Amino acid sequence: MDLTDSAVEAAFRAEVRAWLDTTLPPLSAPPAREDWEARRSFDTDWQKRLFDAGYAGIDWSTDYGGRGATPGEHLVFLEEMAAARAPNVGVNFVGLLHAGPTLIAEGTAEQKARYLPAILRGDEVWCQGFSEPSAGSDLASLRTRAVRDGDDYIVSGHKIWTSFAQVAERAELLVRTDPDASKHKGISWLVLDMDTPGIDVRPLKTVLGSSEFSELYLDEVRVPAANLVGPEHDGWRVAMVTFSFERGTSLVGEMLETRRRVEELRPAAQLAGYRREYGRIVAELDGVWALTRRAVSEAAEHGAPGPSASVGKLAYTEVVQRVGDLALKCLEGGSLSLDNTYVEERLRVLALTVAAGTSQIQRNIIGERILGLPR
Amino acid sequence: MRFVLNDDQVALRDGIRALCVGKFPMARVREGFDAAVWKELADAGVFSLPDLRFGLAEEAVVVEELGRALVPGPLVWGVLAHSADEVVTGASAGLVAHAKMADRLLGDPDDLAPVANPIDPLTPVHTTGAAAITDYQRPGAILTAAYMVGMAAACTDAAVAYAKEREQFDTPIGRFQSIKHLLADSFVRAELARAAVHAAAVDPTDRSASAAKILAGDAAVANAKTSFQVHGGMGFTWEVDVHLYLKRAWILDRQFGTTDEHADALSA
Ligand SMILES: Cc1cc2nc3c(=O)[nH]c(=O)nc-3n(C[C@H](O)[C@H](O)[C@H](O)COP(=O)(O)OP(=O)(O)OC[C@H]3O[C@@H](n4cnc5c(N)ncnc54)[C@H](O)[C@@H]3O)c2cc1C
Repeated sequence: MDLTDSAVEAAFRAEVRAWLDTTLPPLSAPPAREDWEARRSFDTDWQKRLFDAGYAGIDWSTDYGGRGATPGEHLVFLEEMAAARAPNVGVNFVGLLHAGPTLIAEGTAEQKARYLPAILRGDEVWCQGFSEPSAGSDLASLRTRAVRDGDDYIVSGHKIWTSFAQVAERAELLVRTDPDASKHKGISWLVLDMDTPGIDVRPLKTVLGSSEFSELYLDEVRVPAANLVGPEHDGWRVAMVTFSFERGTSLVGEMLETRRRVEELRPAAQLAGYRREYGRIVAELDGVWALTRRAVSEAAEHGAPGPSASVGKLAYTEVVQRVGDLALKCLEGGSLSLDNTYVEERLRVLALTVAAGTSQIQRNIIGERILGLPR
Repeated sequence: MRFVLNDDQVALRDGIRALCVGKFPMARVREGFDAAVWKELADAGVFSLPDLRFGLAEEAVVVEELGRALVPGPLVWGVLAHSADEVVTGASAGLVAHAKMADRLLGDPDDLAPVANPIDPLTPVHTTGAAAITDYQRPGAILTAAYMVGMAAACTDAAVAYAKEREQFDTPIGRFQSIKHLLADSFVRAELARAAVHAAAVDPTDRSASAAKILAGDAAVANAKTSFQVHGGMGFTWEVDVHLYLKRAWILDRQFGTTDEHADALSA
């Protein structure tokens, strides 16, 4: 067990820091929340810069255009990004942090060649079409149908809560390919091109006042059978691979940003008399960070994390609620306006105990699949 | 001792509840506060309860119902000041709500500055400098707590209704024990807070007022969060009302002393 930077990691840290020092200052301010075209170009422009500098897909294999860095270097990179207030992953979230990794694990050589470089360069944005109005926690009950017709599937159905759908070129889509099989057995994982005829994207307004997610109506949309990822009818297993990334590594960048924000809150917390709650939050976030470093180390040795990703997800998404509550208490007049980033964050993180599997579902997974409690 | 609502109080509660159902459905509440809201409440007698020889206990019963419906406006100030003809608001802990709409502003605050993009879309606020301490601190805390009890109960009700109707895994989500327990805790918080508010309203002391404000403030915030969680993705939409309750609870926590300030007072 060792938490210190190796010589290689220390050198890499210095290199990243120097790059950020010169790259960040000329960057324009992030656009307004509801200006989706601007958000897209801001986030993809940042991704292009990362790519050009050799920092895109830091943990992805060089075979797919990544940097092939060690887990240690990956975390060093994310730490430096958060510390320097670099732009976060934004609309590239799905592509970089769970669709891409799923393709690396499950895709064919052609699929990897076709999709992965475009994600890394910021050319293509992805969204996630998993949830449906009647299939949220019970995702396996999804009804969107895909019927084979020659070399295509014809897909019809209704997806909901699709983040970034307004600006996405591709979607990771779960569909039912075998309606007669038991519910987990008849599902397939497809790549959907968002410009295919028959797709209607209807944005939904969130508690932030902006449209962070959409409904997706699919009416006889033709999807080439070549877009199937993993075997036909085996999509539930592939979706679990997606979830292991979505519930695990995809939260690391945001954890670090939260840690930075909490550090910045320190003087206000002291002044407002919240030392003990502040101290507890610092301890819990340090614990979450230690757990994350362990999980990343273990994944490097044993592969995808599986159900244990739920442990860190549950711990982080619960403590971050208290970070938000504490910030509201410490900010005095500042806490009254949605323009304050802490206030906006307080609202945004309400979604974290729901998205990617609710806290109740994470507890069920921990109870049943890790602790072996009777179902 | 007979610590239950009397017949008049029950009638008052039911009457105001019916008024809110009829005149202040969510679609109207979402349009925010205006003079017509004040007028209708004034006509119903909300701001002149002392004329009927009602006291703080009845005022708390009435205000709880307004909170349940989330009726917008500086209503606690109106009840405190018995001001049927004029819209009044006041300064408390560095902020004034609905200052622009008010005919009269209590506490004479300095340096009113509007807050851009206020967190509660239904409550425009100004920050202020120094303001005179009004006599209303203690009853204001109790009535604000009453409003928050109503909000807390409304959040429980909305979440319970959703848990009975929403199905996942071929069963209403309310069948899952984790949801039952969330909702049971939500109910307990509101019951506890209501008892404390009624105790404070019939025996208003600094101690009872602080206990009421703490329990009601915590219940309003916690029950809104529970409702969010029970609603799943729906809870994060603008369309579902729960965010309006949470945002209002954050604003009301800042009026007549925060839960933490009252907790400090009780431990002094
Ligand atoms: C901001 C945000 C972004 C999202 N982005 C995406 C996206 O890009 N793509 C996508 O596909 N989805 C997305 N989602 C959807 C998310 O995955 C679902 O909201 C989530 O899985 C819950 O489903 P639901 O909303 O239908 O809630 P429900 O499943 O209806 O849950 C309602 C309540 O019931 C509880 N519950 C349900 N089943 C059980 C059980 N067995 N035991 C105990 N409690 C239970 C839940 O915990 C919750 O409290 C997003 C959600 C949010 C909030």
